[in-house]
Amino acid sequence: MNPYEIRKLFPILDQEVNGQPLVYLDSAATSQKPAAVIEAIEQYYRGYNSNVHRGVHTLGTKATDAYEGAREKVRKFINASSTEEIIFTRGTTTSLNTVARSYGGANVKEGDEIVISYMEHHSNIIPWQQLAKEKGAVLKYIPLQEDGTISLDDVRATITDATKIVSIMQVSNVLGVINPVKEIAKIAHEHNAVMVVDGAQSTPHLKVDVRDLDCDFFAFSGHKMVGPTGIGVLYGKKELLEKMEPIEFGGEMIDFVGLYESTWKELPWKFEGGTPIIAGAIGMGAAIDFLEEIGLDHIERHEHKLAAYAMEKMSAIEGLTIYGPKDSEKRAGVVTFNMNDVHPHDVATVLDADGIAVRAGHHCAQPLMKWLDVSSTARASFYLYNTEEDIDKLVSGLVKTKEYFSNVF
Amino acid sequence: MSFDNLDTLYRQVIMDHYKKPRNKGMLEDGSMTIDMNNPTCGDRIRLTMKIEDGKVSDVKFDGDGCSISMSSASMMTQAIKGKDVDTALAMSETFSLMIQGKEYDNEMDLGDIEALQGVSKFPARIKCATLAWKAMEKGLKE
Repeated sequence: MNPYEIRKLFPILDQEVNGQPLVYLDSAATSQKPAAVIEAIEQYYRGYNSNVHRGVHTLGTKATDAYEGAREKVRKFINASSTEEIIFTRGTTTSLNTVARSYGGANVKEGDEIVISYMEHHSNIIPWQQLAKEKGAVLKYIPLQEDGTISLDDVRATITDATKIVSIMQVSNVLGVINPVKEIAKIAHEHNAVMVVDGAQSTPHLKVDVRDLDCDFFAFSGHKMVGPTGIGVLYGKKELLEKMEPIEFGGEMIDFVGLYESTWKELPWKFEGGTPIIAGAIGMGAAIDFLEEIGLDHIERHEHKLAAYAMEKMSAIEGLTIYGPKDSEKRAGVVTFNMNDVHPHDVATVLDADGIAVRAGHHCAQPLMKWLDVSSTARASFYLYNTEEDIDKLVSGLVKTKEYFSNVF
Repeated sequence: MSFDNLDTLYRQVIMDHYKKPRNKGMLEDGSMTIDMNNPTCGDRIRLTMKIEDGKVSDVKFDGDGCSISMSSASMMTQAIKGKDVDTALAMSETFSLMIQGKEYDNEMDLGDIEALQGVSKFPARIKCATLAWKAMEKGLKE
């Protein structure tokens, strides 16, 4: 895989920012989109925009075929058994909220436990906080090891027979850690709890197989995997989804509507109230085609290589602290760091003046920031279009940042 | 890297307030406490103010954040200490116009704070500069 060739497929990367060629190192926040994805969305709007599952007319049929075709691409992408298990949502946040409200609402009772970890993103914390408060349930956190990884001993010590739901991210958006969700699912199942996996940061970067993971629910977003914003997926095992009630009611999701009672469509449509995110799903389908043509295994290897290179180069900068495991095999393409005496916002502003886009802040993971004992950090995240040259520019930008602030002080 | 452009943001006086913040800490009893966060980045400030006879007789801040938010807090406390509540609020209004790059009343002496003018060219950093001022406004309007 040649990242220089791949770059050319992303029109946005060919531009200058503040007079410098753009170095985009914020893909963990959102990835850039290849021309193929942008064109698929444009073709839909220019050529066959129509509502789905309704009209008898030709455009309606074309739109329905494309929308349902995207669902089949998603099914294959994560190796689900059936498209009945693939629900289109607005994104990972909506997917996790759907599990919390629908499954959690029906199955979690007073005194039950919900287990998450210290490294979770706010979208995998707050839905469970709300559920726990509403039901009088207990929210428990799996602690982290010194290097930011999760130990299975701690998982075993945290999950009990009172645990009803375990929800863990597969890859951390801050530490870059890859979590053993398959093993955690096994432990959860030994206690008859369901396993929810937040796959927002994993699906773009490594091959996901929901049947191999044996998770009960899996949530992810299109925009982090070269697809558009506003589209995501909730995968759920059919036997669970069948028993769950929708959380949104209205058009599209109904079978029969009476004056006082209604019935729902079958899976997956009963969870897709209202006109669905048609263009988003089509764009996500095109994103999957794009990623599969390159191969997730190649993308994963490329990112490990970039992470290893970045860790090596960045470790050489004096006064730079890198968070998370030192072993690059244990992490995806995310490097979170802080520079002595320089606040991450100031680091990001100086890098931006050099055309380099990194994230600064708490990365929607305030409990993890507390665990790291920092208020915020800077983060560089890599994807298939990043090169070692990008990392060299980051490193020289960081050295210049350090010099700049030692001069102005 | 265009350092010239950055120099309009990181002025000497700003870095001085960042390194040696004035009025840092907490006032004891008899004062009001205002906590404010910038939820997008995690910056936070705790402002304590003592109001006597319609004047801000004393003010201190504590917090955690970037050079722009902390220096702005330091300069703000320096500027409003001893001023009438109305004057402090008027300064805040002038500051808000200045930081957004809008026309503002040049008659009002903002002192060191004018060094923050360069922030208006960095839209992503405007919220850093306004955090302490918003806390002060919230406290004085209550």
